[in-house]
Amino acid sequence: MTPLLEVEDLWVRFPTRTGILDAVRGVSFTLGRERLGIVGESGSGKSMTGRSILRLIRPPGQVTAAHIRLDGEDLMQKSEAQMRQVRGERISMVMQDPKFSLNPVMSVGDQLIEAWRVHKKGSRSEARERALGMLEAVSIRDPERVMRAHPHELSGGMGQRIMIAMMLIPDPELLIADEPTSALDVSVQAQVLQIMDRLVQDRGMGLIFISHDLNLVADFCDRVLIMYAGRVVETCEADKLHEAKHPYTRGLLNSLPRLDAPQKRLEVLRRDPSWAETPSVRPS
Amino acid sequence: MSALFFDDVSVWFGEGRDRVDAVRHANFRVGHGESFGLVGESGSGKSTIMRALTGLAPDWSGRMAVNGNPVRSGHRRDRNFYKSVQMVFQDPYASLHPRQSVDQVLSETLHLHGFRDIEPRIVRLLDDVGLGSAFRFRYPHQLSGGQRQRVAIARALAPEPSILLLDEPTSALDVSVQAEILNLLTDLRAEHKLTFLMVSHDLAVVAHMCERIAVMQAGEIVEVMGVDEMRALTPAHPYTRKLLQASLGYTRG
Repeated sequence: MTPLLEVEDLWVRFPTRTGILDAVRGVSFTLGRERLGIVGESGSGKSMTGRSILRLIRPPGQVTAAHIRLDGEDLMQKSEAQMRQVRGERISMVMQDPKFSLNPVMSVGDQLIEAWRVHKKGSRSEARERALGMLEAVSIRDPERVMRAHPHELSGGMGQRIMIAMMLIPDPELLIADEPTSALDVSVQAQVLQIMDRLVQDRGMGLIFISHDLNLVADFCDRVLIMYAGRVVETCEADKLHEAKHPYTRGLLNSLPRLDAPQKRLEVLRRDPSWAETPSVRPS
Repeated sequence: MSALFFDDVSVWFGEGRDRVDAVRHANFRVGHGESFGLVGESGSGKSTIMRALTGLAPDWSGRMAVNGNPVRSGHRRDRNFYKSVQMVFQDPYASLHPRQSVDQVLSETLHLHGFRDIEPRIVRLLDDVGLGSAFRFRYPHQLSGGQRQRVAIARALAPEPSILLLDEPTSALDVSVQAEILNLLTDLRAEHKLTFLMVSHDLAVVAHMCERIAVMQAGEIVEVMGVDEMRALTPAHPYTRKLLQASLGYTRG
């Protein structure tokens, strides 16, 4: 069986005044119908990896890869017009902050209906039907009212659930979620994650979950890639993340204050230049 | 006499129909040298309490006092106030002037507070926050997030305050940098005998830094608890229990 997504030797480069900056350096991984977490600090290349799968890196940024295959089809060979068929319909993406991803001058209902009709053929009333169903699926109470609301009338948690509804309405095969809950309060965070979890499982989707929060990824995902300086330094089963071996992963885990164990001082990560030099690890 | 004293403090924004009561009847005091935390979800009013104290939210009622000196209403504070209370903001990318070097930022602050020996003080402040004089003539864009937050802390320390208000001081930083900044704050507190009032949404960070913690919900303080209670997960109020549960991590339902 071919995996859902295969990424081989992915590089993302940005030319700058002082030379070429390699944001992602030779990353390879495959993804089945599972939840894959990508963790790392800011600048580690985790978001760039997510975006380059959808070919969303704008010039002068350059993406090169041996291949990025979705169900065996190489996305790198597709034209821009063909990519538009992929984006949203087969792979969709949830960004960090709903404030910047929803259209502020369009009602929630119209945005959801548009999202469906761009990809599927059908009447407006059918689209409306789907939109209402999707809002219920993301646990929005009173979906009729929310359909008429504009984004500024919604809380952050509601906005993010609507983003998820909008991304899932064309029934994609793969969802890329880039820090989907970082802008939300902890209590709302759990709710949004549960909804995502359920939808991914019910529909048999693949999920790439990009986050800086190690504990969250350990609890939520099946497998984890840990990125540092554009490379994958370690990969492991998510529930074994706390037994990770790489000094970088260990350092990140140890630098977190913990509720259950008081510490006098927090451990400070000591960076080893060799971490950035070793080639990417290839997940088994 | 407490370092900080809040009695029946309410803060609101807007008037008439648009009035929003951001904080309602808050009571607490922070002792000298103590570190006190305010936690709650966004919109619960935790930052607003700090902003009212510093004059950034001028509409408030009740009584506030710093080291026994009552705080006047309105947004003006005298120099004495700023000599004892300083604030470190959440986002070091926003709180530093992009076209002023570290040297300018610190010397202006020192000058405003009437110091004469500005030169040696800048050197000492930079040493205090672990930057060293090599950083003195850099601009914010030449610094990393953690280094910028160190500059913001140096600026707050410049008038030699006894009380530091910390508004989410590490939430814009990576966890490894967060550890460095929290360690720095711990050291500075011991060294300068500082009193901390800290706002954070991260309960583990607050537990690490504070001895007593107030939990806020919709503008009200629902509970003040000691850090041991919090670590043992034995708070009295159901909302606190819910908040603690949520912060312990995601459980598959």
